[in-house]
Amino acid sequence: MFYGTDLNTRLMLGTAQYPSPEVLRAAISASGAEVITVSLRREGPGGTGFRDILQDSGCRILPNTAGCHTVREAVTTAHMARELFGTPWIKLEVIGHADTLQPDPFALVEAARILCAEGFDVFPYTTEDLIVGEKLIEAGCRVLMPWGAPIGSGQGLRNIGGLRAMRAHFPQVPLVIDAGIGAPSQAMLAMELGFDAVLLNTAVAKALDPVTMARAFAQAITAGRLAREAGLMPARDMAQASTPVFGMAELLA
Amino acid sequence: MISVLGSGVVGLCVATALHEAGHEIEVIAPEHSPPPVSWLAGGMLAPFCEGESAPEVIVTRGQSAVDWWTAHVPDVVRRGTLVLAAPRDAGELDRFARATRGHGWVAPEALEPAVSGRFARGLFFAAEAHLDPRAALTALRRRLLAVGVAFRDGAPRGRVVDCTGIAARAALRDLRAVRGEMLELHAPDVALTRSIRLLHPRFPVYIVPRGAGRYMVGATMVESDDAGGITARAVMELLSAAYTVHPGFAEGEVITTAAGLRPSFPNNLPAIRHVGDVIHVNGMYRHGFLMAPALALDLVSVLAKEPAHAH
Repeated sequence: MFYGTDLNTRLMLGTAQYPSPEVLRAAISASGAEVITVSLRREGPGGTGFRDILQDSGCRILPNTAGCHTVREAVTTAHMARELFGTPWIKLEVIGHADTLQPDPFALVEAARILCAEGFDVFPYTTEDLIVGEKLIEAGCRVLMPWGAPIGSGQGLRNIGGLRAMRAHFPQVPLVIDAGIGAPSQAMLAMELGFDAVLLNTAVAKALDPVTMARAFAQAITAGRLAREAGLMPARDMAQASTPVFGMAELLA
Repeated sequence: MISVLGSGVVGLCVATALHEAGHEIEVIAPEHSPPPVSWLAGGMLAPFCEGESAPEVIVTRGQSAVDWWTAHVPDVVRRGTLVLAAPRDAGELDRFARATRGHGWVAPEALEPAVSGRFARGLFFAAEAHLDPRAALTALRRRLLAVGVAFRDGAPRGRVVDCTGIAARAALRDLRAVRGEMLELHAPDVALTRSIRLLHPRFPVYIVPRGAGRYMVGATMVESDDAGGITARAVMELLSAAYTVHPGFAEGEVITTAAGLRPSFPNNLPAIRHVGDVIHVNGMYRHGFLMAPALALDLVSVLAKEPAHAH
């Protein structure tokens, strides 16, 4: 499903901001995540100690280009990621604004085109904009990662209508909600809406108890996925009794 | 005879504790080795604040640090820690309050008139303290010299207690470096009297007064063993945070910038480890001044239980 890789768990976990690598490992384990993301831009080649711990987790590594503001930075970081981790997977982030960390869709499409042509499996961090999504697909991406809300904001799905439209517009493309998820209920909603997976970091890393929160997210995501498969009932404007009222025994004397 | 390797905060605390416990010791510290990374530390004795992300053991064991340092070096400033957040990050204060104890809500300007009008509320950790790392380590060294402890170069003559931080990586395979970057400002227009922590979702910083208008601003946390100089990004982040606390910092003179490597085990907790005949005291992470006294006393107990090696 994700570039030919099927995942049993629909939760992908970021690896920044944990109290310690040991807590991170325990959280990964509690979440059941099979894919973890790792940043490279700031750590550079000197981050081997931490990266070794991540690789020991047995998870598939999805390196990211967090912190890159230009096409060139993102492409260079992707090259470094491929060299360090030996994977063609790259979560492509090209940040448009340092304060909101919102993606720069123009640079994103350009970087995606370059990296797809070089054989990378690109996971682009994008907005819910349909046309940007189409351009990314056209550039060669086989997965889209729309934001729920700005990175680290914990606001959940800010534009539910837009995300529903995106799900409907790209029925065959794996869609991962990336960024902005603060609570398990929000992750569950994303799964109920039909998204294929959720990627989150801060909500777990900065919880007072990251390991327990990782478990909470795992359960919510499983529940949301099951609900989607089971078929949610439509919301109605009126009450509808579960049992017909006509023909019932007259109980009042 | 015990040979303590290293004269950073761990080496000097260990040497002091061992000497006080009656051991004969020497400190191996080559004359021309680079200054210990401890010199770059914040020097905050802030067990309760550290509890925001550190396990409970740091909070409980770290509390003894204030008294230990006060008993051993001059100029420990026991004025607590003031925790602030910019108005738009006010939620961070609530989270910090939930994650820690030993604090109360305060009007920041009541404690530090210099921040008047910029912060509606803050958290005050009254039991915390700070010191100047370089001055404190110089004082500890003088104490040891005064009682006749030798500081010398060359091969150790006694049982080795290795306190060399990240330099011991070859022997401690799970020790990794967490890079930290800091700077010092001379900003005589700013009058702050206690440690200030500014919470920020992306780059939290602390400001520690060093006296005479000097302030330490730190520190980044980067999973890297690159010991190169401070990055421009770090300078920008640290200074913008300092500016948020007090615009007067913008007129200050940058007198020092530096980067160092925090020796860290996977659980980010310091430990005493036996490797062959060598005892390592390492993995201080960001808790050097806070935890070195406790580790040094632990080491004394460890040695007391090993009669064959005690003398």
